[in-house]
Amino acid sequence: MTDEGRLETFVRGCEAVPGHRPWPRVRAGRAQWRALADLLAKTEWELLALWAEPAEVHVALRDETTLAVVSHPCPEGRFPSLGRIRPGAIRMERAVHDLFGLLAEGRADDRPWLDHGRWPVTAPLGKERAPRLGPPREAADYGFLPVEGEGLHEIPVGPVHAGIIEPGHFRFHANGETVARLEERLGYVHKGIESLMQGRTADEAARLAARVSGDSTVAHSLAFARAVEAAAETTAPPRADALRAVMAELERIANHLGDFGAICNDASFGFIHAHAMALRELVLRAAGACFGHRLMMDRVVPGGVACDLSAKGAATLKRLIAEMRPRFEALVEVYDNKPSLLDRTVTTGVTLTHLVHRFAAGGYVGRAAGRGMDARKVPGYPPYERLDFEVPVLIEGDVNARVWIRFTEIGESLRLLAQLLDHLPSGEVRRSVPGRAGEGLAIVEGFRGDVLTWVALDGEGRVRRCHPRDPSWLQWPLLEAAILGNIVADFPLCNKSFNCSYSGHDL
Amino acid sequence: MWKIVAATVLKGPHTMHGPKAAADALAELGRRVEAAARARLGRSLSIREVDAGSCNGCELEVHALGNVFYDLERFGIRFVASPRHADVLLVTGPVTHNMAEALKRTYDATPDPKWVIALGDCACTGGLFGESYACVGAAETVVPVDLHIPGCPPPPERILAGLLALIEAADGRIAPAAATGVSRSPPDP
Repeated sequence: MTDEGRLETFVRGCEAVPGHRPWPRVRAGRAQWRALADLLAKTEWELLALWAEPAEVHVALRDETTLAVVSHPCPEGRFPSLGRIRPGAIRMERAVHDLFGLLAEGRADDRPWLDHGRWPVTAPLGKERAPRLGPPREAADYGFLPVEGEGLHEIPVGPVHAGIIEPGHFRFHANGETVARLEERLGYVHKGIESLMQGRTADEAARLAARVSGDSTVAHSLAFARAVEAAAETTAPPRADALRAVMAELERIANHLGDFGAICNDASFGFIHAHAMALRELVLRAAGACFGHRLMMDRVVPGGVACDLSAKGAATLKRLIAEMRPRFEALVEVYDNKPSLLDRTVTTGVTLTHLVHRFAAGGYVGRAAGRGMDARKVPGYPPYERLDFEVPVLIEGDVNARVWIRFTEIGESLRLLAQLLDHLPSGEVRRSVPGRAGEGLAIVEGFRGDVLTWVALDGEGRVRRCHPRDPSWLQWPLLEAAILGNIVADFPLCNKSFNCSYSGHDL
Repeated sequence: MWKIVAATVLKGPHTMHGPKAAADALAELGRRVEAAARARLGRSLSIREVDAGSCNGCELEVHALGNVFYDLERFGIRFVASPRHADVLLVTGPVTHNMAEALKRTYDATPDPKWVIALGDCACTGGLFGESYACVGAAETVVPVDLHIPGCPPPPERILAGLLALIEAADGRIAPAAATGVSRSPPDP
């Protein structure tokens, strides 16, 4: 690789912003930001997140050796678009415009995204925040991309769906049974989490971080806590690191089991659904018994964890692991020996490897299609560097591959839990976080993929600005591509195998 | 597969005994359920779940109600795909501005008589999110609410106890007036 193709070289050419940890943040002027857009067209640097403050836009980037945040001040309220180069950033730029009023010049899509024309204000987090004038926008007043051709018909679905799932709108264009285009419309569960976090203490904001996406409450709490700890130049005690990993792996196992059951249920195979959900319930009950909350909400906090694991709790978890493994493996065998089930999952909903890389999609979506990134390995964080585990990678990219990634990960998580419980460090589980100004970035691996959280603290340790980026941001767009050419009836299978978070995306 | 089936037959099911109808929920319902409810519902409830802004935590626990431990359907309670088939709307989340109209339209599409349950702290009070540029707040700011089931999220047993209270109220086995503090007319024959 030439020097020019290195992120590090670009970062060295920009003005460093002090107090950002553990990776550098630099400020890029207009020319440098434009140069960045050109470099993104030529390199394979990954665009992990794009977010804003009232007069500055930030982008988190990574190449093989470096991770960095590049910021571009935009006092005029405009910045050159990166989404036109990297489609993964298109929705992020639309969200930045809705929330901050900052406009991406040359943007690929000028429709609003999170703002449905229903908020009482415009640009709620921006300098130009203003009361909205005129009546609320009609729900139908959204320009879905047109599709033309003989025999095409349109199927609108949502925001209220038939099942017990989160709200979002799917607009299908189908030719007979075959999907010619799917367009997602999200933002229905936008709760203004970023706005609510501002001005709160780290502990108060942690409760909001825990509710970014309920199924990833441990992962989001962990990313937030680690970002705060980085900003305040402190770390959690070793025992807290281990307990955080115990909770994170329990969350991963529980969600993967739930997804496994739900995918089989969408293929009308109730047997596996019933047994997988029973196993999931055992995990949640063990979590409830050990940590006092079935989903382990508010248990990972800045500075450590909110509750210790008793010897009895550790024994409960060891029994769970022993019981889980044979029962889970028996279910995998059932799955793998049912041709009628495999007929639904094999070659269905294929994501292409180049798209997965282009969007930096993580988790089972990326790993089922050749992108092996796992935040526990790279950049890595404690205690995983001392633990032995494999990250599975497949290349098929279909529903079946996403199911198999989950199988392997459940097995690896059970192995991780056993290692963690055999060598739990002793000592305190929480340290107080000093109230000082700073900025921190953290990436942790949730069940769905890598959760990235950026936080800026003021001199009293209050949150000036926080952006939790759920992995769904990078996965939702790929669902639109995966369903193309499939039949409408296979959409639930594809959707469930992605299981993107609506709440985590909408914030 | 047959080995698993055989083991299930030999060991017996996972299904646990159901909880008692929640006393506080019964008290709340005692003030609201009318004779028409008993005639219409009998011992069954059809529920349409509406996520109006939840973090999806409540949805996970509502899903859990369907697993073999809680086995919701044995109580005659089932989730339906359309509000037009529903007796009850189960609302979660601090109703967002972006979902308020969808929630109202779902309510309007549900035939009378109907009941609304606010599930979880957010739907009960607005919870951690309260009112903001993005959130309207508690479910009852948009639709009338008959029963509150608090919790963040409420565990399946608590949800089940609340739902059973609704059925018992509809079945005429309502908590005595002394317990609710409200006098009631006797149930229809």
